[in-house]
Amino acid sequence: MSATVAVEPPALTETAISVEGLGKRYGELQAVRGIDFQVRGGETFGFLGPNGAGKSTTINMLCTLVRPTSGSATVAGHDVVRERDAVRRNIGLVFQDTTLDGYLTAEQNLRLHAELYGMPRQSIVPRMRQVMEMVGLWERRRSLVNTFSGGMKRRLEIARGLLHSPRVLFLDEPTIGLDPQTRSSIWSYISELGRAEDITIFLTTHYMEEAEYCERIAIIDQGKIIVLDTPEALKESVGKDRVQIHTGDDAAAIEVLRERFGIEAAVSEELVTFGVALGEEFVPRLFAEWDPAHPPIRSVSISRPSLDDVFMSYTGSTIRDAEQSPGTDHLRHVARMMGR
Amino acid sequence: MARAPSRPGPASARRPAGEQASDGQLAARTPQGVARVRVPTRTVHSELRAIAVVWRRELIRFSRDRLRLITALVQPFLFLFVLGTGLSRLASPGTHGVNFRTFVYPGVLCMAVMFIAMFSAASIVWDREFGFLREMMVAPVRRSSLVLGKCLGGTTVAAFEGAIVIAIGPLVGVPYTLGLVLTVFALQLLLAFSITAFGVMAAARVSQMQSFMALTQMVILPMFFISGALFPVSDLPPWLAILNRLDPLTYAVDPMRRLIFSHLDISAVARHALDPGVTWWGWRVPSLLEAAVVALLGLAMLLVAIFEFSQAE
Repeated sequence: MSATVAVEPPALTETAISVEGLGKRYGELQAVRGIDFQVRGGETFGFLGPNGAGKSTTINMLCTLVRPTSGSATVAGHDVVRERDAVRRNIGLVFQDTTLDGYLTAEQNLRLHAELYGMPRQSIVPRMRQVMEMVGLWERRRSLVNTFSGGMKRRLEIARGLLHSPRVLFLDEPTIGLDPQTRSSIWSYISELGRAEDITIFLTTHYMEEAEYCERIAIIDQGKIIVLDTPEALKESVGKDRVQIHTGDDAAAIEVLRERFGIEAAVSEELVTFGVALGEEFVPRLFAEWDPAHPPIRSVSISRPSLDDVFMSYTGSTIRDAEQSPGTDHLRHVARMMGR
Repeated sequence: MARAPSRPGPASARRPAGEQASDGQLAARTPQGVARVRVPTRTVHSELRAIAVVWRRELIRFSRDRLRLITALVQPFLFLFVLGTGLSRLASPGTHGVNFRTFVYPGVLCMAVMFIAMFSAASIVWDREFGFLREMMVAPVRRSSLVLGKCLGGTTVAAFEGAIVIAIGPLVGVPYTLGLVLTVFALQLLLAFSITAFGVMAAARVSQMQSFMALTQMVILPMFFISGALFPVSDLPPWLAILNRLDPLTYAVDPMRRLIFSHLDISAVARHALDPGVTWWGWRVPSLLEAAVVALLGLAMLLVAIFEFSQAE
């Protein structure tokens, strides 16, 4: 018990995760190809990429489950190879697949975790209550985990990951296999805990819309980080806003756009669609210069570039196409087999 | 040791003013003053807690599984009362007046313990399939603590079932005294530990339940039949005698039988025929040495299991 003295609060500029040239090779297969990045303390950082891109392998290396074959990484100031235990004490984990014991109650699962992590006895119950209330499961604490829905199990795992007050919480595809409503509720818990717990969150996802919740994201494809920035900056880097207009005669409208505005438009989703740098500024100009003789415009919509567009522009394919290519499926399978 | 949640940190420093309201709500829902705990560095005490909690989990799971408790007892009952009764008519000329069921009782007790211990070890394979093993493997404790907790859990469960078989001993003519009950219990505890260690060692390598079950059938049944649980081990054909002396289970069944037979009031001829004892090149191996063989094998397999789990990523 004497070892449980309060630790100085981490400095604002503290680096939670620092990765240099990290790589993992499974025989012939290079799952992660020397990546570098840093995550600041308190940040919510996302790894975005198709299945098989190397996200899970990276997370497994950072949480000491898989030994890197090259490079180095520190988590919460500790080296993931040389100071495995120190890293483990300071991280919480939520895996893709559930790691709860379904034959125990929610409470028993958390208590087991508390004992394994050697939590001070007197802090176990209040802390258990705190994390279970945070995810809305305190009332169900005496139920067997087998009776829980997928979303409840995931919430319980998040609570368990937080139980020992880790400095860094790893979430590997926290919402995979959940219905959209449950997914959004999981996200509200995650963003809430980012505020409440003063914690660094490192997560992986292959849902574009979820990457929006992160402060910074790294797009990873085929074991390499392709680009790393805030979602806003990434979208700006793609540049163009998407404008869609509904007209009486699409072919004629496309012709007008080309001749008068020098814009190449095409019909997409039954609307005339084109990209411009600043959508809001373009629309007044469009109407000012649109001749009454031209086919009438019935509606206009402007949309910012999505992360889908970002992914597309950096990798040359959509995330769904990337997942459907045969290579990544195989890679994922092999990585799993070797990782286990 | 607990820090107040109001402590300013990176998160609150970053927070825009507009979000104060939702933060207030959250603070209202969470108890004050228990915000953070620190996981202490590893000590002997924390390792003991890990061992204890892994052990306790096995017991909780076992107590929840009533069916397993009952089905595990079906086999010894079949052997004792069905096979024992049926064969006793055939075997009566050879048993010199000793009840055949009494003769097979020590072997059946060992078998019951052995099967339960293997099933307990099999839970590691389940844990791996259902992902729970990972939760334990990433904890900041030694793998040896996990393996030890698991072995002790399996041992306890198997010894509990063994105790039930001990309890039915009087029904098949075993004259239990307190001393005999205690020594038989101690011996079956030792066997339970060694078999669990073997099972855990095997489970480190086997990732599918079907394979583990097949392995159990392939290893446990031959071990049981060869051990002499169902026949005296003297005057065997050489090939069987060699296999018998190599079978680890032999060294659990033999002292068990010797122990129980020492409390039976039977003729010297019957004793010589039914409880000849295991011999090495004509030398009768003492019970204590036999128990030591079982214990050493168990320890060796425990060490291998610890090594294997420490290597696993």
